[in-house]
Amino acid sequence: MSAALTALSLQQAGAALASGAASSRQLTEACLARVAATDGRVGAFLTVTAERALAAAGASDQRRAAGATRGPLDGIPVAVKDLFLTRGVATTAGSRILEGFIPPYDGTAVARLDAAGAVPLGKLNLDEFAMGSSNEHSAFKPCHNPWDLSRTPGGSSGGSAAALAARQCYGTLGTDTGGSIRLPASFCGVVGLKPTYGRVSRYGVIAFASSLDQPGPLGRTCWDVAALLGAIAGPDPLDPTCAARPADDYLSRLEEGVRGLRVGVPREWFGGGLQPEVEGRVREALATLQRLGATPVEISLPHSKYGIGAYYLIATAEASANLARYDGVRFGLRAPGVRGLKELYAESREQGFGAEPKRRIMLGTYALSAGYYDAYYLRAQRVRTLIRRDFDAAFTQCDVVAGPVAPTPAFLLGEKTGDPLQMYLADIFTITCNLAALPGLSVPCGLAGGLPVGLQLVGRPFDEATLLRTARALEREQGPAPAPAALEATA
Amino acid sequence: MPLSLDEVRRVAALARLKLSVEEEQLFAGQLSAILDHVRELEALDVSGVPPMTHALSEGEAVALRPDALVAGLTPEQALANAPARDGTCFKVPRIIE
Amino acid sequence: MPVADFQVVLGLEVHAQLLTRSKIFCGCSTAFGAEPNSHVCPICLGMPGVLPSLNAQVVEWAVKTGLALGCEIQPVSVFSRKNYFYPDLPKGYQISQFELPICLGGGLTITVDGAEKFIRLTRIHMEEDAGKNLHEVAADGGSGVDLNRAGVPLLEIVSEPDLRSADEAVEYLKGLRAILLALGVNDGNLEEGSFRCDANVSVMRKGASQYGTRAEIKNMNSFRFLKQAVDYEVRRQVALVEAGQPVVQETRLYDPARGETRSMRSKEEAHDYRYFPEPDLPPVRVDAALVARVRATLPELPRARAARYQQALGLPAKDAGVLVGDAALADFFDATLSARGGGAEAARKVANWIIGELSRLMNETGLPPAGWKLTPAGLAEVLSLLEAGTVSGAGAKVLVEALFRDGGDPAALVKSRGLAQVSDDGAIEAAIDAVLAASPADLERHRSGKKDLTGFFVGQVMKALKGQGNPGVVNALLKKKLGG
Ligand SMILES: [Mg+2]
Ligand SMILES: [Zn+2]
Repeated sequence: MSAALTALSLQQAGAALASGAASSRQLTEACLARVAATDGRVGAFLTVTAERALAAAGASDQRRAAGATRGPLDGIPVAVKDLFLTRGVATTAGSRILEGFIPPYDGTAVARLDAAGAVPLGKLNLDEFAMGSSNEHSAFKPCHNPWDLSRTPGGSSGGSAAALAARQCYGTLGTDTGGSIRLPASFCGVVGLKPTYGRVSRYGVIAFASSLDQPGPLGRTCWDVAALLGAIAGPDPLDPTCAARPADDYLSRLEEGVRGLRVGVPREWFGGGLQPEVEGRVREALATLQRLGATPVEISLPHSKYGIGAYYLIATAEASANLARYDGVRFGLRAPGVRGLKELYAESREQGFGAEPKRRIMLGTYALSAGYYDAYYLRAQRVRTLIRRDFDAAFTQCDVVAGPVAPTPAFLLGEKTGDPLQMYLADIFTITCNLAALPGLSVPCGLAGGLPVGLQLVGRPFDEATLLRTARALEREQGPAPAPAALEATA
Repeated sequence: MPLSLDEVRRVAALARLKLSVEEEQLFAGQLSAILDHVRELEALDVSGVPPMTHALSEGEAVALRPDALVAGLTPEQALANAPARDGTCFKVPRIIE
Repeated sequence: MPVADFQVVLGLEVHAQLLTRSKIFCGCSTAFGAEPNSHVCPICLGMPGVLPSLNAQVVEWAVKTGLALGCEIQPVSVFSRKNYFYPDLPKGYQISQFELPICLGGGLTITVDGAEKFIRLTRIHMEEDAGKNLHEVAADGGSGVDLNRAGVPLLEIVSEPDLRSADEAVEYLKGLRAILLALGVNDGNLEEGSFRCDANVSVMRKGASQYGTRAEIKNMNSFRFLKQAVDYEVRRQVALVEAGQPVVQETRLYDPARGETRSMRSKEEAHDYRYFPEPDLPPVRVDAALVARVRATLPELPRARAARYQQALGLPAKDAGVLVGDAALADFFDATLSARGGGAEAARKVANWIIGELSRLMNETGLPPAGWKLTPAGLAEVLSLLEAGTVSGAGAKVLVEALFRDGGDPAALVKSRGLAQVSDDGAIEAAIDAVLAASPADLERHRSGKKDLTGFFVGQVMKALKGQGNPGVVNALLKKKLGG
């Protein structure tokens, strides 16, 4: 029973609740049992909130009995990246500097999941402050890819994707600054959506790079992701960078198909380090979309190659300021026995931050410092405009842009940790979407060498609906994405 | 153009990071490599291109907040995560002006 | 006198706290003097995950101030992060405006020794205040941090280096304060620091074309201290130049006790604030409609009001200046005058009472007009009582102070406090007869013409009437009797 329950998608779990085939408490107990049985090997969770989950499940079951169910997420066990603030529950950002920090408030997305009746299972593993592409920069423990435990689940939202692949819960939230939702989704064979900048409130999500960060949902199916997005998207007075326009009804448009849809295929995304087998899966997916009535259009995004450079200047500059508040004064780690203020800062930050945040703080501080601002930060922001213009031009010829999420499937743990630049290059196809502030999605499109490959779709501003129905068309054609065998084999 | 150790130390001081000698060496090398890669941006002519300093397009923003009071935290809640306190103040080592 | 060979060059940076209910980026109260960290929330504590949301009133008042000072209101202005580490700065950066402030240009006219002069403004921008470090509060000498003030909205008003003397600086600061008070956006309190000013001071030899190196002077929390600090700093710099020593560009603290400025221990590393546009706040857009709406709320400004008082009411420039220096005083003046009725004559009397007696009581009690129990109607009535001879000048003073402190109905108070003047002839004659009868010798000396003792007898009679005799009546009757 329990195993059967965790195998369900969010949509199927919802149906089981509706039909009375399962209670929220049963779903929750099944997920907790699955976490207990598998997470020692996966490492997706940093905190499991069993009591809270069971209490929420009980409340949901009572609502259902009273006929007061709140919608598709009511009673569904979900988990969020440990970058989302959760009132009364430790929130670490995967960093020692926030060890023991208990937020006094809920972030907006978390509060909306709660209001939708979702059951909070816990907090998921990530790269420290969301800085990384492999989840190896977590200060607490690495996260493993359920498809091959010797490989990375991708990052920075590694736990958010791994937990779904490991069938530990039905939906998760992650954040995406340069690919941090799409890359793990691709590596773990699940669906991940990075919404348009301003579609989902950033309030209560620990900031990495304020003009690039965007929270978003991951799920096992497009329906699951659409349901989660519907719950968290929309205006928020607490986030002035969150758009005033209301969210769409993503579920109702999910099955509209792709007939007549113009799919732009950027030349620039198919060269370089793109692994042939990965390119093969992506090309097949594009052919499938064409078979379903879409029209492929070759397009060009000429400034793509400048994405990584612009990104690492802008993201690190913003991060250098965003991470200044971790100073050992009001919360978080304070180095013991410091004499004087300078020591308090320097020692606390030295002991609290891992290598990657330090590296990025250094780069960002340098890029903003006197005499370098124009050459680095300002120039990068101008390049960013050019990258956005590339997409604006492309969207006069097509309705959605499609290509690979990453050049390769999940790489081995430890493979790139020695060379930051190589690690950064894993984001080469995902990063321009963040720079252009556009919505991007990763949907499974088969396996390469037994590892999942994701197709990336990028859409017009606030056109998440088109991304979801396109991905759904592919998903329906391919049938349900397979589950990883690794865990069962060694279980 | 490699980053000198002095420059690494200047930046670390600005960022209030106390780097070990090893970290200084490591970062000097790694940051230089990253900056070399970043230098490809210099190939672009961006004159007359406005910087995209804000990601939310004009016209999408919500209205400004009205000047109204909202309940905040009690001193106890505010200090709950404080590493050190003195009365209802956050406590820090003596500040010499 | 070497200082005379030098040209003083001065610019002021004023930080004025806006009188909003809530802070600039969160809903916390801006109220003063509360228990440390009792007016805070995750946003103004700079907790992880928070975002600023801009208070619309701050933008409106920035525009209002800009319009009053003749600035160009910028249709698009941008907040920036000013990065530095300090315990009273929760986020490790101050949200301010840098490259694109909300107001550019403008200025105000000051009058020094009768001569008018226009002082140009560089800019006005919006920013958040920092918290407060309480030094050496802890037993072990540690410092405390109170963040109640963190996030209180400020306008920073920066002048061009157009000021040429400490007196001009004081006039500029008074003029600016009067305007902010008239607009109702700031309480003008220098002591509490809700209206504070830094001065950039340099000196150059007369006729030189190059400005000298400037020092920034802080911590001058009264007009007097501003003058003292600038005068001291000018003497110090002139002495250096005369001695062929360089003036160091630095920040100096004014020490009121010593009447000196002294260098703040220069920071370990030179400041590098790494300003960049605040990505959490979209550009601030001020459209023509908003400007028009705010312009319609502009009150009569101090200089126009003072001119009106002089021309229409014939008030002396000095009196008019005092009244408009604090809009609340001027409002009290206007209200009293309209309750009282009458022209220049009445205006002068009302002004005298406000500038004299009421200003004294205001300074003594520290109560702004809003806190007085005396109403304009009350003061008007006192003036009528005085003119009707119901009360004497001395009685009126007593009456006004009583009304100022406790309020009440003037006429009733006159009775209950026995402030009425005795004008009835019978009572006065009786008093005169008693006095004359009591001192026959003096009366004889007077009548014999040896000595005119009229004054002495008036005094005696007034004494007998406990000072409440109507002087006119007393004089008239006494003359009759003495002459009799
Ligand atoms: Mg300032
Ligand atoms: Zn607050």
